[in-house]
Amino acid sequence: MSLIQIQNAAFRYDGKEVVSELNFTIERGDYLCIVGENGSGKSTLIKGLLGLKAPHNGTITFGEGLTARQIGYLPQQKESQRDFPASVQEVVLSGTLNSLGFRPFYTRRQKKNALTQIDRVGMLPLKNTPFRELSGGQQQRALLARALAATQTLLILDEPISSLDPVAAADMYHLIEEINRNHGVTIVMVSHDPHAAAHEAGKVLHLENRQLFSGSAAAYRKSEIGKRFLGGESR
Amino acid sequence: MINILLEMLSYPFLVRAIMVGLLVSLCASLLGVSLVLKRFSMIGDGLSHVGFGALAIASVANIAPLTLAIPVCIAASFLLLRMSESTRIKGDAAIAMLSAGALAIGVMVVSMTTGMNTDVYNYMFGSILSLSKADASLSIALSIVVLVLFALFYPRLFAVTFDESFSRATGIPTRAYNAALATLASVTVVLGMRMMGALLISSLIIFPVLTAMRVGKRYLSVTLLSAAVAVLGFVLGMVVSYVYEAPSGASIVCVNIVLFLIFAIAGAIRNAITKK
Repeated sequence: MSLIQIQNAAFRYDGKEVVSELNFTIERGDYLCIVGENGSGKSTLIKGLLGLKAPHNGTITFGEGLTARQIGYLPQQKESQRDFPASVQEVVLSGTLNSLGFRPFYTRRQKKNALTQIDRVGMLPLKNTPFRELSGGQQQRALLARALAATQTLLILDEPISSLDPVAAADMYHLIEEINRNHGVTIVMVSHDPHAAAHEAGKVLHLENRQLFSGSAAAYRKSEIGKRFLGGESR
Repeated sequence: MINILLEMLSYPFLVRAIMVGLLVSLCASLLGVSLVLKRFSMIGDGLSHVGFGALAIASVANIAPLTLAIPVCIAASFLLLRMSESTRIKGDAAIAMLSAGALAIGVMVVSMTTGMNTDVYNYMFGSILSLSKADASLSIALSIVVLVLFALFYPRLFAVTFDESFSRATGIPTRAYNAALATLASVTVVLGMRMMGALLISSLIIFPVLTAMRVGKRYLSVTLLSAAVAVLGFVLGMVVSYVYEAPSGASIVCVNIVLFLIFAIAGAIRNAITKK
């Protein structure tokens, strides 16, 4: 059984249908990239996968015992986080909250998990640094660590590199690939950049208010739609 | 300074007022960290105006003021939360409407019945003399409850304050915690209102955290500094109020303005040094 199975799903936003005819599956260990222009329905689909929005048509089925608590999320950054006073450790620790149950405070287990994840994204020397004093790339790493602190099963990354310079973006891609390949974490990444999808991910879902393409990245590169969006690239 | 404080503590009614004031200031400053960082500062202001309306009606109807004002404010806080979340109506405008409306209704009710008496004046601008013994015990008990709940919810409040969408996505019941925050804020606003006045109570929520953020850079340090600033501001404000025979609420706010400026300068100097 698949981790997540989407069958004939459609979503509305403010009463209007923004995306429909969605049919795809997410398997354990996948690295899926969802691409499409702004307004193509990516963000709405993400809300659906996170369980924050119910499809008005079709179904989203969680398999293999997947629950909402096993989905980690790297949201797009908000303006209010720019001046937020918090250290990297405080931010990452807050990711472990869903494993706290009814206990009021973090235990040694949560604190250890947070430090492990901070180390994994290479931020251990900066663990006490205020979040707002980090570079854009470092902030994204810290938020990735927080998502990993919440779960090792499935991560949903919403435009993780959109505000990064090319070097930081390459680092981030490298880190995501490493987490996927070496640690078996299933990745769903949203991007408006089809090149990233074709060359970083294993599977591609191309949206334009409906599903234009769903399949392996290799097939995407060869497909008509892939060729059109990737331009004259012949790799 | 010490002599003045000792002299103040020789009056039983002042001791009572200082106890209540200290606890309420602590509650307000701690909840203020979340409220300000979540961009909910306006909710505190809205609540104080709704509280004024409720207190005015209670005093006309001869109901114990707190028993009416606390539930009304809690109900209003849920409404204000809904308003600020809603994207369809402009949240801030709706809050401004509700608070002005509640204030106006309170004033109308009073002026058409008993007329503007000292009770109502006190609710508007605050007075430490308006605190009865029974009120004081209730206020102390309730503020201790607020402080304990704040401590128990600290990790959760941090999570929903820093990033609500992440928390919700990972299965945290963020709405419940927002409601808890609004409830605690309502109780604090009503308790503090008689001392600070409806027009000034929101400053207890807003000033200490903004002052603390000039210097503090981590959440825990901002929280602790905010509490310390609130206590300092309250004690100094009471001394100023006693010595110059000025209203307590306004004195406390003025001291808070000075503290804010001192912290802002200290923060700017530190930033200038560390950048070199």
